[in-house]
Amino acid sequence: MEFAELIKTPRVDGVVLHRPFMPVVEGTLCLTGHHLILSSRQDNTEELWLLHGNIDAIEKRFVGSSGSIIVKCKDLRTIQLDIPGMEECLNIASSIEALSTLDSVSLKYPFFYRPLFEVIEDGWNSFLPEEAFKDLESMTDEWRLSEVNKDFSVCPSYPALVTVPKDIDDDTLRKVSTFRHGGRFPVLSYYHKKNGMVMMRSSQPLTGTNGRRCKEDEKLINATLRAGKRGYIIDTRTITVAQQAKARGGGFELESNYPQWRRIHKAIERHSLLQESLIKLAEACNDQSHSMDRWLSKLEASSWQSHVKEILTTACLAAQCIDREGASVLVHGTEGTDSTLLVTSLAQIILDPSSRTIRGFQALVEREWLQAGHPFQQRCAQSAHSNGKLRGEAPVFLLFLDCVWQILRQFPCSFQFGEAFLLLLFEHAYASQFGTFMGNCAADRAKLKLPQKTVSLWSWVNRAEELERFTNPLYEPNGLVIWPSVAPQSLLLWEGVFLRWNRSSKWLDEAYDEMVHIIEYNKELQNKVNSLRRQLAQLETEDGPLQTP
Amino acid sequence: MSYYFVFQIFNIFLADKAFCRKPLSGTLQLTRTHSVLTEDASGLRKETWILHSLVCLVERQPPMDSGHPLRVHCKNFQVLQLIIPQETDCHEVHMSLLRLSQPERYEDLYCFSYNPKSDKDESTCKWNFIDAKADYHRMKIPNQLWQTTSTNQDYRVCETYPADLYVPKSATLPVIVGSSKFRSRGRFPTLSYYCKETHAALCRSSQPLSGFSARCLEDEQMLEAIMKSNPGSQFMYVVDTRPKLNAMANRAAGKGYENEDNYANIRFQFMGIENIHVMRNSQQKLLEVSELQSPSIADFLLGLENSGWLKHIKAILLAGVFIAKAVAVEGVSVLVHCSDGWDRTAQVCSVASVLLDPFYRTLKGFMVLIEKDWVSFGHKFSHRCSHINGDPKEVAPVIDQFLEVVWQLMEQFPCAFEYNERFLISLHHHIYASNYGNFICNSQKERRDERIQQKTHSIWPYLWENKCEFMNPLYRPDRSQSQGVLSPNTAPYCFKFWRGLYNRFDKGVHPRQSVLDCLMAIREESQQLEEELILHGQKIAKLEKERGTSMKRHSVVSSTDIWAQSDLDLDHLCGSMRALPLISFGQQRGSDGALLVRPRNTNKGSDLDLSGSSDQESGVGDLNCRLSSGSESLPSEDIIKNPDLAEAIYSVA
Repeated sequence: MEFAELIKTPRVDGVVLHRPFMPVVEGTLCLTGHHLILSSRQDNTEELWLLHGNIDAIEKRFVGSSGSIIVKCKDLRTIQLDIPGMEECLNIASSIEALSTLDSVSLKYPFFYRPLFEVIEDGWNSFLPEEAFKDLESMTDEWRLSEVNKDFSVCPSYPALVTVPKDIDDDTLRKVSTFRHGGRFPVLSYYHKKNGMVMMRSSQPLTGTNGRRCKEDEKLINATLRAGKRGYIIDTRTITVAQQAKARGGGFELESNYPQWRRIHKAIERHSLLQESLIKLAEACNDQSHSMDRWLSKLEASSWQSHVKEILTTACLAAQCIDREGASVLVHGTEGTDSTLLVTSLAQIILDPSSRTIRGFQALVEREWLQAGHPFQQRCAQSAHSNGKLRGEAPVFLLFLDCVWQILRQFPCSFQFGEAFLLLLFEHAYASQFGTFMGNCAADRAKLKLPQKTVSLWSWVNRAEELERFTNPLYEPNGLVIWPSVAPQSLLLWEGVFLRWNRSSKWLDEAYDEMVHIIEYNKELQNKVNSLRRQLAQLETEDGPLQTP
Repeated sequence: MSYYFVFQIFNIFLADKAFCRKPLSGTLQLTRTHSVLTEDASGLRKETWILHSLVCLVERQPPMDSGHPLRVHCKNFQVLQLIIPQETDCHEVHMSLLRLSQPERYEDLYCFSYNPKSDKDESTCKWNFIDAKADYHRMKIPNQLWQTTSTNQDYRVCETYPADLYVPKSATLPVIVGSSKFRSRGRFPTLSYYCKETHAALCRSSQPLSGFSARCLEDEQMLEAIMKSNPGSQFMYVVDTRPKLNAMANRAAGKGYENEDNYANIRFQFMGIENIHVMRNSQQKLLEVSELQSPSIADFLLGLENSGWLKHIKAILLAGVFIAKAVAVEGVSVLVHCSDGWDRTAQVCSVASVLLDPFYRTLKGFMVLIEKDWVSFGHKFSHRCSHINGDPKEVAPVIDQFLEVVWQLMEQFPCAFEYNERFLISLHHHIYASNYGNFICNSQKERRDERIQQKTHSIWPYLWENKCEFMNPLYRPDRSQSQGVLSPNTAPYCFKFWRGLYNRFDKGVHPRQSVLDCLMAIREESQQLEEELILHGQKIAKLEKERGTSMKRHSVVSSTDIWAQSDLDLDHLCGSMRALPLISFGQQRGSDGALLVRPRNTNKGSDLDLSGSSDQESGVGDLNCRLSSGSESLPSEDIIKNPDLAEAIYSVA
């Protein structure tokens, strides 16, 4: 077995574990193929089970004959293991390093994990494109489900089934795919029931420097416009960046070729800059200087909040075009797998009340992120402690969750889920026992046979006992469009992620429990009053004849 | 004022800070105390009242097509933009506002004419509603070590101190008088807070007149008496809240700080809190940041950093934490002073008190604290808040900072405070406004001379009567965070910009749904349900009794069973029922004919300002980061109707 070769010292006694907000534990450290386990072998002491996949980086320190390993996790937690014996320490460190950076996907934990719970509903089948299309069909007959990509040959990063305008045949789609970066031809992202307007997404058109055009592409997107109506193309890049893309064969839709469309450029940064931003933010949060000026200037220099603001502003713009202007929208950036998805998914949070339910949100993540081909495996390979050369790592999905959290903060009663659910998705996107976030696209997932070989996160989440944990007690269905504020005063640092391990949340948790208590007590009273009212009504009718002789 | 001033202009426009919404037209009327703006657009008459004593700055701005803009800044951080068609009118309004907002005499303030509908007898007894003296009794003072002194009756020794003061029993009259002569403005060391558990005392004074080498035997004896009044400890702290450099500079003027060599068993500590001029400038910069039009995150964060505001807030809290730890944990007495002992000293003593004693985290306790550490100890409210025309260099946001420290603590300890953010904001408003007399004048003596208690009303009964609005629904005195000493985290990231205060009137930047409102409504509904439960229980019991034994018990659960099943406390319910006024309760007939409690979701819209689509949908305006003006609620079609805005969004294309 390959794992055994990597584990030189499987067990060390007398290891001391330091964790944030928890008492120091001394015990035995064990390494397995997928976990780092520390057990004190005493009752009532919490054990540590850390997935190697969650380890972002390690540091070694030596004092005399013993050493310490500082483990930095992808969920931004830092733990320290004091290991007696220089050799043991070195062995453990090199094993952890090797096990946490295994390249082979098939050795990852989800392939070995066997659920300890009963799978009631298989999450791999919970959000099938066919089902989503049935919902669409009930609202409009202008779209069809195309199988043009069933073997992933037309667009490797698209799912097998995509929704396209009814009048566009598969041959046209094939032609369009050659005109769009990575073959990502425009597909339906969202249908706004209220006014029948749509949001589509794609990658950049390959116009190049000599302004290449593609009639089929024009035909495809024009097919989504109502007679006499104009649409909006939201390019998530600045005009300068879009211009520069021409030199590399990319580009943007020229007004002359798309006269019915108005193009708006926004300024969402490329993913490499977003990764840098995350690294700087995590560094700022761990700054020990206790200087206010330093904190504020580091927070500013990280640009994280600026990214959040820009992304939310762009999503609001897309939503506004659809809901207020009554216009259809096409969103794209360069590849159409990052900033594009941020905009289309957040616009749906704003516009579509069903995406604010637990199940609806899962469907959104499934549709707009997993099936839409956001390269999770690549983006989430490393988190805030990545150093050295980046290989496409970027916190795009974390930014999405952060933006949702911002809207949740502003509309605390309009989401069926709470912060805990967003945290869960953040953790599992980076390291998980479930197969949901493995691979980079639908083709990868099919090739790896994930639905057959791994358990879906949704199988675990969608059980009553788990759902209860993630439910927002303040939730009241709100059928309205919710417009968030993007003023800097309204956007906060997501402490639940970035300060989670820096400051104790004890008092805040207590407040949350109190809130739950107030709401539960109210429900209990309502039930009691209702039952008394019924009883009273019954008694009164029975007594009626007695009281009026 | 010899005449009752009335001034009226028609066809005036009211715009918000950034001119981003279509201005509303209306009529402006100036009375002696208020400007009243009446909007009559769309058939809805809406009035905006501006109290003149809240106006702190009126600016003329370059003329526009629609008229002459006048920007009115208020002390509660409201900014109004008036556009007046005629220049002469604009000039007239400008001059009048300047004159009316800066009265020359106390008698011209609104509180001398304001009558919150109560007769005189009641009003005098209401001045006793909050009694600082009772607070010392609560601390078990006087006791065998501390006593009350009559030294300052008629304000003979110190004009800016209250008449009733508490000093160590061992401090004789000559010691007190001698010490007072060695302290700036005679503000000798006296008791602010006493910790029953550790016997440690928190005392306050002004700086000693030590210069480079002067000594005063009585002052040294005074400190020794304080130290010895805490039998368990071998030393005491002397906390100078100023930066060391400032304190040293004071020595040249014959003032300064205690020399550790001259005072037996003191440990001396500087705290580095800046003076009122630095704080005034800092808040000015903070306000500029909060008023920025469409700021980027970088503009905002760098502006916040440059203002230095949060750094100052942190310094004040740190000083409070130091003292609270000394008194409660080490059991060591502390003497706190700054220069005069009425700004930073008041801040630091009251912050320490809030950290130390859960009583000050209750609504009434907080009122006592403000009355004791601020009002009675001569924080110069009228100078600092510029109630009447005076030296602009005396104006400073000292009390703002204290209220903000409390707010920052509330953010960290959401269950520890009985009052909510709204209470702090309301208090802030009333400290600067002049409806009530509590904060008028600069000392207790001045208030006596101006006959404030005879001529004006006290704010505390008013706030108490409206307390249901100011209660924190999450407050639970039995929670661990509510009891004992608070130990806040003072890492920089724990200090946040107080949006609720500084952008109070910019509705667009606030959460569109408020958890506080929501929980308050649920709590209120629960109280009504509790009442109803009792009434029904009684009715059922009565009916069952009437039916007597003739009827067999059947499937209906008896009322006693209901109580047995429930973990509700009947006595508690009866108690709360008496305390509550009966409010008509929303109910409807269910399909089966039985009366059913309306589920919360359906009546929420009327209870809370949540479902109002106008409010939520107004967020569109913020796309360009423009803040909506607070006073009006915005129609949802605003953006469509306003061509400027709709186009602005696409102008980038």
